[in-house]
Amino acid sequence: MVETVKQSAVSQSETPYLRISNVVKKFGDTAAVDGVDLEIRKNEIFALLGSSGCGKSTLLRMLAGMERPTSGKIILDGEDITGLAPYERPINMMFQSYALFPHMSVADNIAFGLKQDKLGKGEIDARVAEMLDLVQLRKYASRKPYQLSGGQQQRVALARSLAKRPKLLLLDEPLGALDKKLRQQTQLELVGTLEKVGVTCIMVTHDQEEAMTMATRIGIMSEGQLLQIGTPAEIYDYPNCRFTAEFIGETNVFSGPVVVDEPDRVEIESSDLGGRVWVDHGITGPKGMQVWASVRPEDVHVHVVPPAAGANTAKGVVHDIAYLGSFSIYHVKLGSGKVVKSMISANHWHENNVKAPTWGDPVYISWRPDMPVVLTR
Amino acid sequence: MYNGNKLSPFLKGVLIVGFLFLYIPIISLIAYSFNASKLVTVWGGFSVKWYGSLFQNDQIISAVKLSIEIALASASSAVVLGTIAGFVLARFKRYTGSTLFAGMMTAPMVMPEVITGLSMLLLFISLEQFIGVPSERGFFTIWVGHTTLCMAYVSVVVRSRLLEIDQNLEDAAMDLGARPLKIFFVITLPLVSQAIASGFLLSITLSLDDLVTTAFLSGPGSTTLPQVIFSKVRLGLNPEINALAAITVLVVGTVVLIANYLMLNAQRKREQAIAAAMREAAPVPVAG
Ligand SMILES: Nc1ncnc2c1ncn2[C@@H]1O[C@H](COP(=O)(O)OP(=O)(O)O)[C@@H](O)[C@H]1O
Ligand SMILES: [Mg+2]
Repeated sequence: MVETVKQSAVSQSETPYLRISNVVKKFGDTAAVDGVDLEIRKNEIFALLGSSGCGKSTLLRMLAGMERPTSGKIILDGEDITGLAPYERPINMMFQSYALFPHMSVADNIAFGLKQDKLGKGEIDARVAEMLDLVQLRKYASRKPYQLSGGQQQRVALARSLAKRPKLLLLDEPLGALDKKLRQQTQLELVGTLEKVGVTCIMVTHDQEEAMTMATRIGIMSEGQLLQIGTPAEIYDYPNCRFTAEFIGETNVFSGPVVVDEPDRVEIESSDLGGRVWVDHGITGPKGMQVWASVRPEDVHVHVVPPAAGANTAKGVVHDIAYLGSFSIYHVKLGSGKVVKSMISANHWHENNVKAPTWGDPVYISWRPDMPVVLTR
Repeated sequence: MYNGNKLSPFLKGVLIVGFLFLYIPIISLIAYSFNASKLVTVWGGFSVKWYGSLFQNDQIISAVKLSIEIALASASSAVVLGTIAGFVLARFKRYTGSTLFAGMMTAPMVMPEVITGLSMLLLFISLEQFIGVPSERGFFTIWVGHTTLCMAYVSVVVRSRLLEIDQNLEDAAMDLGARPLKIFFVITLPLVSQAIASGFLLSITLSLDDLVTTAFLSGPGSTTLPQVIFSKVRLGLNPEINALAAITVLVVGTVVLIANYLMLNAQRKREQAIAAAMREAAPVPVAG
């Protein structure tokens, strides 16, 4: 059900192409990467997503060989590469700052890696031309990097890292240096290029939108650990912990103990809500256990008249409204002081012949019992 | 009060007095080098005869030759050693003795030259006693002394340039298959070449006008230009020396002007190229 169109593009072979097992990297006493296990399939675009300082770059640099893992193993295409030097690995990386050699032309930058392999001149020239065509920079071959715009520099960096036909391509915040407008159009262009050459790819980003747009699968990282791995839809619809739920998209979280625990229903007594959260499926866990229920803003309804009394509802006042064009975000302050966000489409009130509530108006919130996701950590 | 970019009359006055104080001696020195009279304080009409006698003075000519040879030799060796030291200082962050090494590298810059000179003299004397080399003080000992002094400056210049450069460039080269030694020559060295060049020029000027260290390390047969000037001035001011100084000012001034021009030109070209790239990219094309 949560399979996306993108998923079908991934090769379905079961043996992982890259296997990272229990990799740890310590700087002094603190672990920047703390026991990561990850399997990547061939031709997959995998995104490591996490806030700044969570260890993404360190993990990437261990794959590139720039850092040695404190412990753990990295196996690529059946070969243990854990101890190989960067210049011995069939892996190339595109750096966040692009790291283009300023004293070399665009063509020389792209040719640099090929020259290290001692390829013949004819072959190098042909490969450079192929790469220049791939990123549509043929006209710029003899320019120096500083004579290019940011977007063009990004494409040179991509061409340079693809020129050696690496088994694994690493992208560190590939679009982080571009401004927002350019970033969005470049995302799709970049995915297009990667799919065209068919390369296995791990990218690192702190921008969830970028990860959701570009990746076939995403790994959520926090404090050096991988919290959840899945397709963008799986992670959005079924987060497995509060961090993921709150990190990916907006959500409202209600905490409290489980008071009713039956195979087809669970009720949570939440003081945040001032009532019970009712979920229409069972969970595995004892009664009385502290859990968190996450409800997305698009699943929260706002009413001006009280809905049928019971669970999944509460009374509040409109605290704030953010108009965002085709929809608005209502911030409703409950009796407990908790502010709940609700996403309402622009013509919702008009369609229902109701005058739109405004700042300070008393309102009621509610959601369907199949909407909350119960999180146990 | 400071208003906009206009200087108040008082500040302007201070500035002018300061500049006059700095430059009047130099200007008068050059003017008196064209003085026909032998007396430095009395103007006796225009003449270039002191320049003529300068070029016939064998002592001065050989001192100039020696100074230039020493300057070129010391600058060359200082650039090699200083670049390596600067690289180690910038790129190898923590190893046992790194702080000690950094301190010792820059010590010659802050150490009184009398101490440096004297300690080197003592070193050479004991070396001569134990291994017989160097058998006398002269070109070799001055060269070693100047190299020690100059490489400290080169290492500082190279180190600060290396710290400016994105270290990812070296990582990227390694990622693309280049080994460390190759990276040093193909990536690092070209990027610090300007710093090395200015370190070289700086070393030449330092070596050319060093007097104190040289005084300790020179022997009977080897007198450098500053030493000749100094000994001559002690016998009284002399228009020949004025002429020599005027030539020095001219040569140094020309070199500095050329170096400045080259640097500014490169900078301007770079800025123009960046501006052109920005203009080209400004109308963001729609995706497609
Ligand atoms: N060379 C290093 N020495 C010491 N600490 C480091 C080093 N590199 C990274 N760290 C630390 O490891 C943590 C993770 O860093 P990093 O992998 O760069 O995070 P991210 O890329 O996710 O922002 C940070 O706390 C950072 O300070
Ligand atoms: Mg990072």
